[in-house]
Amino acid sequence: MFRKKLSNSAKNIRVIVRLDIKGSNVVKPVMAEALKVVGNPRELARRYYKEGADELVYMDIVASLYNRNLDLEQLQKVTEGIFIPITVGGGIRSIGDINNALRAGADKVAINTYAINHPQFLRQAVETFGAQCIVLSVDAKKQANGQYEPYTDGGREKTGKEVVSWVKEAIKMGVGEVMVASIDREGTRKGFDLELAKSITAFSPVPVIVHGGAGSLDSIRRAIVEGSADAISASSIFHYKQYMIEEVKVFLSHARLNVRLS
Amino acid sequence: MKIKPKIAIVDYGVGNLRSLIRAFLYLGTHAGITEEIKEISDSDALVLPGDGAFAAGMKGLAMRNLSKPVTEMAKLGKPVLGICLGAQILMSEGFEFGHFKGLSLIPGQVVKFPKALGEKIPHIGWNELILRKKVWKGTILERIKPKSNVYFIHSYIMKPKSSSDVFAFTKYGNCEFASVIARGNIWGCQFHPEKSGSVGLAIINNFIKIVQAHG
Repeated sequence: MFRKKLSNSAKNIRVIVRLDIKGSNVVKPVMAEALKVVGNPRELARRYYKEGADELVYMDIVASLYNRNLDLEQLQKVTEGIFIPITVGGGIRSIGDINNALRAGADKVAINTYAINHPQFLRQAVETFGAQCIVLSVDAKKQANGQYEPYTDGGREKTGKEVVSWVKEAIKMGVGEVMVASIDREGTRKGFDLELAKSITAFSPVPVIVHGGAGSLDSIRRAIVEGSADAISASSIFHYKQYMIEEVKVFLSHARLNVRLS
Repeated sequence: MKIKPKIAIVDYGVGNLRSLIRAFLYLGTHAGITEEIKEISDSDALVLPGDGAFAAGMKGLAMRNLSKPVTEMAKLGKPVLGICLGAQILMSEGFEFGHFKGLSLIPGQVVKFPKALGEKIPHIGWNELILRKKVWKGTILERIKPKSNVYFIHSYIMKPKSSSDVFAFTKYGNCEFASVIARGNIWGCQFHPEKSGSVGLAIINNFIKIVQAHG
């Protein structure tokens, strides 16, 4: 009742599981390079829904690279029977693509590659579907000069932009949420890139999901307390059963952070 | 092939209809998505889904000439459930991107979160339902435990004129806002029950029971 409020503790921190999809498999990219097959997307989505995930992210990691569209039939199967929010990304490049994803069971869409080259598309998407539906997805990599650069096409292509100014531009276009992933930490389980997280949460008026590098339970706590994440997203630690979702939430709640416990 | 929907999910051009119909079908009802006036008038109950801006919602209804049939059904006493934007448009007026008239089924306004909220907007995530009324039997909140978490995603809040229309409220930042509103046969949830796990499904199931009891 009278516990001291930590930063961000007034709301429930979301624990999100991200499914990286290639073809009909959930895969695990390690620093955008080596891919390991983890399992079946439908089975994993169900497992994480039952285990208490607050949201799921379904990310087709090769759609943009190969200039392909989402496999809507598969998406429809994966989202069936999942009664928590699902954000879908990969190869979204038109209003029609967003419509199709929503009709196949997505609740929000994440846009990266196409938005980098056509920032106005974000505004158009927000005007059509509402800010709450459009998530800016950023895959960032630290450069030699210490700045972070957003990459496209599943973390493969440089853009020449700088992360903070890009996110500011996208927020002006009206996106309702930002999902920022560290390419350097992805799949390493070395902990989130707090510097990257802070660079976005320091100014963002919209919620920020931090992804890439979830490792120890304390690394997750630090992303929230030090990185000011509104939500954390992880995959390896859950795919490989290092932790159960509930375990993470209980840990966070003992650290006096608010989470939804079932 | 047209199957007469028992529960009509009104398609007025906004919202994640697929997620919603799936929840109703999962619970074993005859629900259908429709924008046909006749199907709406023939149904036993209405669900107004929706995401996005108040004006877009009212415009979507107007373009399809659906405001009148929806209002008529509500006035006939048929159960109506509004979700998120679908709940907001039940009110008299909204102030998102201008000033617009709503369906006026529950008196009140839809306004932006206060400036001194101390939290981010949109409000996205799971928050507690704080139950205000003492009697829950026969309502969409029957057997829902106080402080159950449900999923929200919105930037505007409902302010019913009469506090007796507020069945549950929720705290976010420095703000307490109405999360479940109701007046007679008309129900509104600011959150998304179809995306709120087992708690949300139980709420939808309660609505279905109300429809069955009414039918």
